[in-house]
Amino acid sequence: MKHTISVLLQNKPGVLSRVTGLFSGRGFNIDSLSVAETLEKDVSCLTLVTHGDEAIIEQITKQLHKLIDVIKVTDMAEHEHVEREMVMIRIKAEDETRAEVLRVIDIFRGKVVDVSPKSYVVEVTGSKSKVQAIIDILRPIGIQEIIRTGATAITRGKKS
Amino acid sequence: MKMKGSQAFVKCLEEQGVETIFGFPGGAVIDLYDELLNAENLTHVLVRHEQAAVHAADAYGRVRGEVGVALVTSGPGATNTVTGIASAYCDSIPMVVFTGQVPTMLIGNDAFQEVDIVGITRPVTKHNYLVKKAEDLIPTIREAFHLARTGRPGPVLVDLPKDVIASMVNYTEPKPIKMRTYKPTYEPHPGQVEKACKTVLKAKKPVLYVGGGVIHSNASETVTELAKKLDIPVTMTLMGLGGFPGTDPLSLGMLGMHGTYYANMAVANCDLLIAVGARFDDRVTGRIDAFAPNAKIIHIDIDPSSISKNVKVDIPMVADCHHAVTAMNAWFDSSKDFDARAAKEQHQQWHDQIKDWKNRHPLGYVEEGEVIKPQFVVQKLHELTHGDAIITTEVGQNQMWAAQFYHFNKPRHFLTSGGLGVMGYGFPAAIGAQMAAPDRTVIDVAGDGSIQMNIQELATARQYKCPVKIAILNNNYLGMVRQWQELFYDKKYAHTTLDVAPDFVKLAEAYGAVGLRATKPSEVEPVIKEALKTNNTVIMDFVISREEGVFPMVPAGKATTEMLLV
Ligand SMILES: Cc1cc2nc3c(=O)[nH]c(=O)nc-3n(C[C@H](O)[C@H](O)[C@H](O)COP(=O)(O)OP(=O)(O)OC[C@H]3O[C@@H](n4cnc5c(N)ncnc54)[C@H](O)[C@@H]3O)c2cc1C
Ligand SMILES: Cc1ncc(C[n+]2csc(CCOP(=O)(O)OP(=O)(O)O)c2C)c(N)n1
Ligand SMILES: [Mg+2]
Repeated sequence: MKHTISVLLQNKPGVLSRVTGLFSGRGFNIDSLSVAETLEKDVSCLTLVTHGDEAIIEQITKQLHKLIDVIKVTDMAEHEHVEREMVMIRIKAEDETRAEVLRVIDIFRGKVVDVSPKSYVVEVTGSKSKVQAIIDILRPIGIQEIIRTGATAITRGKKS
Repeated sequence: MKMKGSQAFVKCLEEQGVETIFGFPGGAVIDLYDELLNAENLTHVLVRHEQAAVHAADAYGRVRGEVGVALVTSGPGATNTVTGIASAYCDSIPMVVFTGQVPTMLIGNDAFQEVDIVGITRPVTKHNYLVKKAEDLIPTIREAFHLARTGRPGPVLVDLPKDVIASMVNYTEPKPIKMRTYKPTYEPHPGQVEKACKTVLKAKKPVLYVGGGVIHSNASETVTELAKKLDIPVTMTLMGLGGFPGTDPLSLGMLGMHGTYYANMAVANCDLLIAVGARFDDRVTGRIDAFAPNAKIIHIDIDPSSISKNVKVDIPMVADCHHAVTAMNAWFDSSKDFDARAAKEQHQQWHDQIKDWKNRHPLGYVEEGEVIKPQFVVQKLHELTHGDAIITTEVGQNQMWAAQFYHFNKPRHFLTSGGLGVMGYGFPAAIGAQMAAPDRTVIDVAGDGSIQMNIQELATARQYKCPVKIAILNNNYLGMVRQWQELFYDKKYAHTTLDVAPDFVKLAEAYGAVGLRATKPSEVEPVIKEALKTNNTVIMDFVISREEGVFPMVPAGKATTEMLLV
């Protein structure tokens, strides 16, 4: 099963390698990972998507918790939450397809963030499946490059 | 108070109660060594290889129940510590290792004797630090000791750049340490205690499974009280030996791969397994689905990640063993449902069954006239030291024979590298143990292969007048590996014969130690007696029956009931 796990960490040198080293050393999977500062300057939030059976996910959260620099571990599967991912797509956009691309982007509430004579760079944010959907739809038109951020997530309602 | 970083380093060690450190100098730590000359309350033991410093610190800490300390230089000094640190990590041993590092401005430049030791040891330390700023020096050292000794103990490494220990720092008195992200749970949840105790009351065939956590938390007495109060048989892991008296009628001895027949049978047939500070290692469980298949499992462990890691547990208790078992004892003492006599009766059939297993396959070996049996040597060591020596071991058959035949009655008397299984652990560990307890008899039960991995420490033992005794069970083989080749690899003995071996008696003499040899059973006792009354380091070279195997044995991956017996 796929799990999105949010990890609050002390923002210290080497802390990211403690997390990734834990995953590689114990044979856990990382499907995606994103990390950035939080409201507190010395605290980072790392969102990682992983998969495994219940016992593995339990070990993952326990082992993460055991890292001395980890403040809090939240398995998003246990909470109502909003999950988003962003993709930037460089797509071929020549005379005959320019309008078509714009129409598709509009449907997905995406934005064109860079324009050149033969291509656009478009930005789309949404759930993983939405991001996948726009990639699938644009692919026949001619995607040249994509960059995805991996998922980030936040719980709904009050701050827990 | 303003002082040099190196001076603050020494002051911090003293304030943490450190009396002895084990180390080896080099360019990056000269400032620290310079300062050690002025440290009146700190003994530095100069080893001959940094790995030995770490093993010695490991053993020192274990004997005293304190944090062991090692100090080495950067680069090769630091990398030489890795095996020792990994062993301490696997066995949850409290330790702080200080490594020198190149000056901060050179870090990352491939400078002379620079290695990223923090990166290298990240997976084998509880935590580690590179101290980049002088103002962090003192708080980091204090935090390192705090982490090493609390919660699940473990090694912590502190990397000290040369410029940091040479800078001026401001020393202030220590305050209690508060860490936002680290708060181990010592007290058990009362609800879980009650649930566990009620389950214990219902059990007809209970077994206590005692591990290294009992030793770390000084819980032997409380665990013994629990076992006696409820009349529950007790088995111990390799790391738990001495956590319950080995000669007590309730003792089943060690369980697992080379555990006793009756311990493994008891675990396989029990209806309740109470695991206290043990981690369900694969050497203990054998094939997982056949491990205690019909039992409810209670598991007390201070590390939540130990719980349900290998075996699914019914009643987890995240707590310190001592606190948790004390709470259980108190629950029984105040419960009107508990009646000691009734408990005894309820377990009577179970004890009869166990007695039958004990009679059917006791621990033993076949005596053969004129050759020395290794088990006999260990029995004699036990007899002639009244079971009261501190025993360290190397790794292999020697280690298992020591575990099986020296019946440990007290904690902190058996020091072995269990999780990593490091050949070369036993001798430096013996030196560490002797430094921790100068008046005790310390014996390294060794193999002829392993002893050569840190034999250079004979010089250290001599220099610090450590009268440790080394009992080499000399089969001239890498015996344990050979045993596997014999049993599982069609007797194809690839590279397990030590064709060239030193004369250990002469080797001892070359270092100014004493060398003794026994080649017949009748010589065993005189040699041991001679060694015990010698106030010097002694090597006893016991030429043993070469092809002797360690039994019982559960072949790897088999159920623990599928034992090969003598
Ligand atoms: C050649 C060889 C053969 C071996 N054969 C066997 C064998 O037959 N049988 C055997 O048992 N072992 C054997 N071993 C050793 C084995 O590899 C493991 O090291 C050992 O079984 C682990 O013991 P343990 O479960 O007590 O755990 P330890 O490694 O001692 O771990 C202690 C556990 O207690 C917890 N703990 C620590 N402090 C506390 C506290 N204060 N409160 C509560 N919990 C705490 C820790 O979190 C951990 O889970 C062998 C090793 C070698 C090298
Ligand atoms: C550093 C290291 N290398 C290799 C091994 C693998 N190993 C385990 S037991 C053993 C044989 C040990 O031989 P010896 O010390 O003579 O002990 P014996 O089994 O003969 O008693 C070996 C090679 C190990 N445990 N540690
Ligand atoms: Mg040997």
